[in-house]
Amino acid sequence: MTAVRTLVLWCPHWPVVAAGAAPTEPAVVVRANRVVAATPAARAEGVGAGQRRREAQGRCPAVVVHEHDEARDVRAFAAVAAALERYTPRIELSRAGTAAFPTRGPSRYFGGDTALAAAVWATVDDVMEEWGWAGTAGVGVADGPFPAALAAQAAASGMEVVEPGGSPSFLAPLPVGTLDRPDLADVLVRLGLRTLGAFGALDAADVVARFGADGRTAHRLARGLDERPPATSPPPRHLAVAADLDPPAERVDVAAFVAKGLADELHARLDADGLSCRRVVVTVETEQGEVHERVWRHEGALGPGAVADRVRWQLDGWLNGPTARRPTGGVVRLVISPDEVTAATGRQLGFWGGESAATERARRGLARVQGLLGPDAVTVPEPRGGRGPADQVGRVPAAAVDVGEPRSAPAGAAAPWPGRVPAPAPAVVPAAPAPVEVRDVEGRVVTVDGRGAMSAPPADIVLAGRDVGAVQAWAGPWPAEERWWDPEARRRRARLQLQLTDGRAVLVFVEGGRWWLEAVYD
Amino acid sequence: MAVPTELRALADRVAPVALARDRGLPVVEALQPLVPDAVLTRGSVVGVTGGLGATSLALALAVGASRAGSWTVVVGLPELGLAAAAEMGVVLDRLALVALPPHDPATWAPVLAALVGAVDMVVVDGRLRLRVGEIRRLAARARERGSVLVPVVPGPDGARSPRRPTVGEWTTDLTLSATDARWEGLADGHGYLRRRRVTVVAEGRGRAARARRADLWLPTAGGGVAPAAPASAVAAAAVPGGRGERDTDDVLEAAVARTERFLRSVPAGAQVS
Repeated sequence: MTAVRTLVLWCPHWPVVAAGAAPTEPAVVVRANRVVAATPAARAEGVGAGQRRREAQGRCPAVVVHEHDEARDVRAFAAVAAALERYTPRIELSRAGTAAFPTRGPSRYFGGDTALAAAVWATVDDVMEEWGWAGTAGVGVADGPFPAALAAQAAASGMEVVEPGGSPSFLAPLPVGTLDRPDLADVLVRLGLRTLGAFGALDAADVVARFGADGRTAHRLARGLDERPPATSPPPRHLAVAADLDPPAERVDVAAFVAKGLADELHARLDADGLSCRRVVVTVETEQGEVHERVWRHEGALGPGAVADRVRWQLDGWLNGPTARRPTGGVVRLVISPDEVTAATGRQLGFWGGESAATERARRGLARVQGLLGPDAVTVPEPRGGRGPADQVGRVPAAAVDVGEPRSAPAGAAAPWPGRVPAPAPAVVPAAPAPVEVRDVEGRVVTVDGRGAMSAPPADIVLAGRDVGAVQAWAGPWPAEERWWDPEARRRRARLQLQLTDGRAVLVFVEGGRWWLEAVYD
Repeated sequence: MAVPTELRALADRVAPVALARDRGLPVVEALQPLVPDAVLTRGSVVGVTGGLGATSLALALAVGASRAGSWTVVVGLPELGLAAAAEMGVVLDRLALVALPPHDPATWAPVLAALVGAVDMVVVDGRLRLRVGEIRRLAARARERGSVLVPVVPGPDGARSPRRPTVGEWTTDLTLSATDARWEGLADGHGYLRRRRVTVVAEGRGRAARARRADLWLPTAGGGVAPAAPASAVAAAAVPGGRGERDTDDVLEAAVARTERFLRSVPAGAQVS
């Protein structure tokens, strides 16, 4: 049971290409404050994917930063996809920058895999040259999309054809990290299985017992097999959903709105039959009879909203594509049909958290609030570590992080902070400390000298105006001298915990001879 | 044989049968005696108030749902202590904070409406001057979408009338008020605020009509929440500043005091004041 022979086209750093950057100009595309792609010029300066925006700017001050826009990527890729349509009508897109199609028919016509790959590479290179990215695309041909994609990446600005049946030996020396499953790869490396060959040599039953269904899929990939046995029968016709638009949709968002409803219906039909599909085919027809069809990778992972997004991208790409192929009328018919339908075995969500429906809902709700109030109105907590109650957990704008993704705390967060205020932490921490006055029995302001000795025990505290509280119990002063090496940020303060006779408890500090209210234990 | 509570909680979560009480949002064990069926009914308005401890109580209320995978959004309480939230057990990965523009009250209700339904637990500053109609519509939306709205009115007592439980302007299904807060651990010049005993009273409508009360450590020594023995039983030991029995805590306090004395003896550079 061999996998379908597939050609994969891989355009590296696609987001920067789509952003309009030239390879010689240092530029990066960032998403949620992290670099997702960088031009070769930026890479030469030490910028790489995964870095924070600030780190990238630190390494390469001249770098141009573009925000990531998935729709822009796909729109730009439409030109490449259109060029590929010369070879086959059935192009499968998983994400912008990568396209795949089965080679059986085209190969025969163009005289073999090598000739086809060379022709595809030349065609794509022509398109890339228009943007100034000549010679960057890679083309790989192998049994199945996974080895073909790796071959395309290995080819890096060229082409690589893996002989039929040669996939296992091609994959064997590659590291397990290429499976794109970081958690699994981490375990495998610790088990001493560093290459796909070593992993593939394991008994399949043992792999399932230890790593479950996802492990089995990875194991099949490592052995050069397709992720799952290919479906032989065409999908039942009744599963396709279609909508006739009357009046014709002239705008992309109108069609996308209809697509959302269709995608809902498609998912409902698949669910009812206990099926899942591997790809969806979106077909758009205009009133002039022009038809545009695109295959999108699905893997049971696309929600109705994501399918609608792909319809939107497809239409955007069509409208902005080569002039000769542009539609001349409004959209009158929209068909979404599933491809390669298999029995749904269920997608196992992460046992501990992971992407969940609740997170998706929350993300949408928060995005709506950002739309109402502006991007800075919504913040999420970020553990940072520190001595004062306000330092231990900071706030970052939700727009700057992937909301709902587990965020890794910086190294200092869990470190011991000598002199930190002991737990429990105060529940009310004003954004800025408020001036107060701590006085002794004789009404003089209490002072703390350089050795941390107080002039007198505190007797009362003037919180604001007439709000004077008598001190019942107190502790301190706890001196904290922070960042003494930095003249701008250095802080030298001494903290006191005060419990007032009315039951309130507050944290105050003295800095430069003046007292401030830092927090209230509510 | 005692089944570990985590295991039982897990078994409950994966159980195929959904009982009525499972349709609510879970609360931590210490608060379970205070709410009917030991869960927060989805779609209800649960007010939190109290002279001292309302903010901590609101955080404690969110912990159970947060741990079970729900999101919590805090609207309009800019002074919330996030370190306290983390110590209380709120999962920071599923917490978001919304700052409302103080001079644009027209946006407040739409923001809350966008969040109700999107997240399971919406904690809102109950002192916001929302119109009664807006509050009623938000409560109706919460009932329809299954979110729990938690208006919080810290400070001396949100207005309450005997027949209609309210917190601020909000009519609530259940109101939790923290009363009689007493800190422990701080003495005259030594020790530190270690834990606080709070009596929480729950009153409400319908099934929650019977008033319930519970003595809690809020927060406990580590910042969490735990049931406490009734105040009368330990009144002698709980006298603030009193040095009753010499238990481990006293030893700890003495050690802290010694450390502080040592720190004071260390020569330092410039004057603080």
